[in-house]
Amino acid sequence: MNQIENVSRRGFLKKLGISSTALVLGVQLPSMLTIPKALAGVVGTDKFIPNVYVQIGLDNIVSIVVHRSEMGQGIRTSIPMIVADELGADWQKIAVVQGLGDKKYGSQNTDGSRSVRRFYQPLREAGASARMMLQQAAANQWQVDVSETSAINNTIVHEKTGRELSFGSLVAAASELTLPEQSTLILKAKKDFNFIGKSDVALVDGKKIATGKTTYGFDVELPNMQYAVIARPPVLGAKVKSFNADAAKAIAGVLAVVQLPDLEEPAVFKPLGGVAVIAKNTWAAIKGREALAMQWHESEHQSYNSDEYKKALATSCDNPAKILRSKGNVNKALSEAKQVLKASYYVPELIHVPMEPPAAAAHFHDGLFDIWACTQTPQSAQSSVAQSTGVAAENVNINVTLLGGGFGRKSKPDFIVEAAILSKQLNVPIKVMWTREDEIQNGYYHAVSYQKLAAGLDQQGHVNAWQHHVAEPPIGSTFSKGADLIGSEADLGLIDMPFDIANVSCAAGKAPAHTRIGWMRSVTNINHAFAIGSFVDEIADAKGLDSKDNLLALLGPDRKIDFSLENAKYGNYGETLDKFPVDTARMKAAIEKVSKMAKWGRKLPKGHGLGISMHRSFVSYVACIVEVSENSDGKIKVEDVWLAVDCGLAVNPERIRSQMEGAAIFALSYTFYSELTAKNGVIEQNNFDSYQIARFADAPTTHVEIIDSDAPPGGVGEPGVPPIAPAICNAIFNATGKRYRELPLKQYGIV
Amino acid sequence: MITLTVNGKEHQFNDDGDMPLLWALRDILKYTGTKYGCGKGLCGACTVHVDGQPVRSCITPVSAISSQNITTIEGLSEQGEHVVQQAWQTLNVPQCGYCQSGQIMSAVALLERKAKPNDKDIELAMSGNICRCGTYQRIKQAIHLAADLATEVKGS
Ligand code: FES
Ligand code: FES
Repeated sequence: MNQIENVSRRGFLKKLGISSTALVLGVQLPSMLTIPKALAGVVGTDKFIPNVYVQIGLDNIVSIVVHRSEMGQGIRTSIPMIVADELGADWQKIAVVQGLGDKKYGSQNTDGSRSVRRFYQPLREAGASARMMLQQAAANQWQVDVSETSAINNTIVHEKTGRELSFGSLVAAASELTLPEQSTLILKAKKDFNFIGKSDVALVDGKKIATGKTTYGFDVELPNMQYAVIARPPVLGAKVKSFNADAAKAIAGVLAVVQLPDLEEPAVFKPLGGVAVIAKNTWAAIKGREALAMQWHESEHQSYNSDEYKKALATSCDNPAKILRSKGNVNKALSEAKQVLKASYYVPELIHVPMEPPAAAAHFHDGLFDIWACTQTPQSAQSSVAQSTGVAAENVNINVTLLGGGFGRKSKPDFIVEAAILSKQLNVPIKVMWTREDEIQNGYYHAVSYQKLAAGLDQQGHVNAWQHHVAEPPIGSTFSKGADLIGSEADLGLIDMPFDIANVSCAAGKAPAHTRIGWMRSVTNINHAFAIGSFVDEIADAKGLDSKDNLLALLGPDRKIDFSLENAKYGNYGETLDKFPVDTARMKAAIEKVSKMAKWGRKLPKGHGLGISMHRSFVSYVACIVEVSENSDGKIKVEDVWLAVDCGLAVNPERIRSQMEGAAIFALSYTFYSELTAKNGVIEQNNFDSYQIARFADAPTTHVEIIDSDAPPGGVGEPGVPPIAPAICNAIFNATGKRYRELPLKQYGIV
Repeated sequence: MITLTVNGKEHQFNDDGDMPLLWALRDILKYTGTKYGCGKGLCGACTVHVDGQPVRSCITPVSAISSQNITTIEGLSEQGEHVVQQAWQTLNVPQCGYCQSGQIMSAVALLERKAKPNDKDIELAMSGNICRCGTYQRIKQAIHLAADLATEVKGS
């Protein structure tokens, strides 16, 4: 190790509120690549020089800052696992500290399945450099070479003599040293990992959850806090016409009625407008809101009716406005084909329904904001609050609570801005809570989609033409009013179709948006994987081939695909193709693995069917087989789901499995039940009775195997979702001979 | 004035008797372990016990439960030592955790009714509790484990 010098970090310590007796290692991390295009670029808060902080106290406790939001994916366990492993920490002597929203961490935007993907290496380096400084401090004290020391269980050990020094006892000495150069860092070998890749690490918050002691956004209580609910426009962009403030104030417990500024599109992360009722408790606020007798002006978006909109999307598919990928000559190949297969697929508008709806508590005082919120993105919360209130971003403190689910909803901080505006105006701490009805009717929606696919088979029965046209309103419309063509959504399972076909064309038609379009777990992969995964199975049937054999045959020889050679601009989730290639060998390996797990090809009980699908997203590969059964009433039950996952190196296998189990249920919900429809611009569903999701009896047994890999870690939270729906529909086809091309399946009376 | 007995402790409640127990517990008495998910009796997040029976506190007005004993998640065992809490931790059941107070309260009520429930019993008893994160499979395993733990405790 190089000579290590003294560094002063006092200013930094103060800012964190950490005592200067603690050794704090502010680790300067290498810059990151750009963030995934699909989810990026909306509010430019992402910086690319993150810092991850390790704090070691005299009490020998290692505090590890988790700068990403916990929403069920287990990041408050996984980040400490990575840091603690490189550091040589004792799991019983760590404290997990949730990081405030702050640019110094780099991107904190917890979506796009990238917490581990983006931070694995920097976090390891953070742990390793801390450990190396402690080793150096001990070596200096013992007058031995640092290479003779090692770190284990919060202790530096001199192996030859058996001498030991606790981390805590080295705090002062290590604080005198300077950070090692990145190039000198010595990272552990995989075989030496204590936590990474192990399945026996208990959830950091497991006990608190089991005893009801956790704090979610909804649970924040501040002294003198008041409770608010807001009447928001039923149609996007509708402005307030009139309301009865007196009637609301006549309800016992109601303290104030405040009209919010009307929304001017684009919506971005601005509040929707409307009227807030502030009360002594939630119940009074809800009652007060009912008494408002809101009247709204008309909005251009009241033309939105789902039936007509669906037809318009279908027409739009026939008139694509943008070619997204083209190889060879599809039109010619289709016209010369011996057989042409065509099919259309529809997925309705969907919404996140995290179990905890959005909630934020804001306290404006002394010119600054203290805010607590269940946010996936504290930094864009900070900038959005600053923009709307005129308070400088550095005076907006965002404390991230636990999130009762996120799924993308909570990466839009509109609800936090609402709380901030109200607290500033009323000069009291305010908690804004969204009811379930609010969450469903005023959301950022998963885009409804219509897709038309065509495949041409030549004389030998080979697929030599593939045409895929989509129409779905773009996320871009939320940030640029009137945008009606998808952009980077195309990178999510559409233009990265991996089959080895000579003539390919992917294109999008226009689709104007009438609601705020957002991103929901795995985003447009949901739509595209459903269509492609179903359509290849239709091809198998037409060719009389086994579904799995057909899939492997279409994938063709082992290769790494570069879509730019086929006139496609593919974002690869913000990663380079060098580091994260599109590798058909890994796809095939996942398919083979899952086939073994499910014993593909076995004889099935009567009324049962197996279906298979594979999808790469967020640079991970997931192959899926589903077994369904049909009972004598024609009702379908998903019995088992098998998932083979190649997400590169598996940091926290236990949480990877739980994410896959959850993905199966998430996808099963929209496959069978969930659908939003609009009438005159108003979403017609409003709670779990009309917007249904999977319940206990729907749950299959999900079997997960993680493919052993030394590739860099890929995404985990989302990639399990996309292949499930096509696998279910393929299984139903194999069980019943019926092919369903529109979701949700409840419309066919089979559940 | 209504006296509410929560986890063995008496509280005087002076507010609107129509207020759902959920908001009385959370906003007034500060038992925030009980969660809001739908407000309409559709999701089970707000499940508490009233005299041992699982009820949806979001649709139960305070006035309806005056003299009965209310148990919330906080009242099961502070240290998480109830067999159901133990099983939940052993199997790492939660994802986001938000629904789990309600899931645990429903599971405890089931086990008090039926010491060794089968899969069908579990499905029935838990059908009113939604978990958006999709932890149903582990909840089922955890209920079986809790049943086993309870027998061991009794046996020893
Ligand atoms: S909040 Fe009571 S059942 Fe959903
Ligand atoms: S664990 Fe998140 S809703 Fe159940």
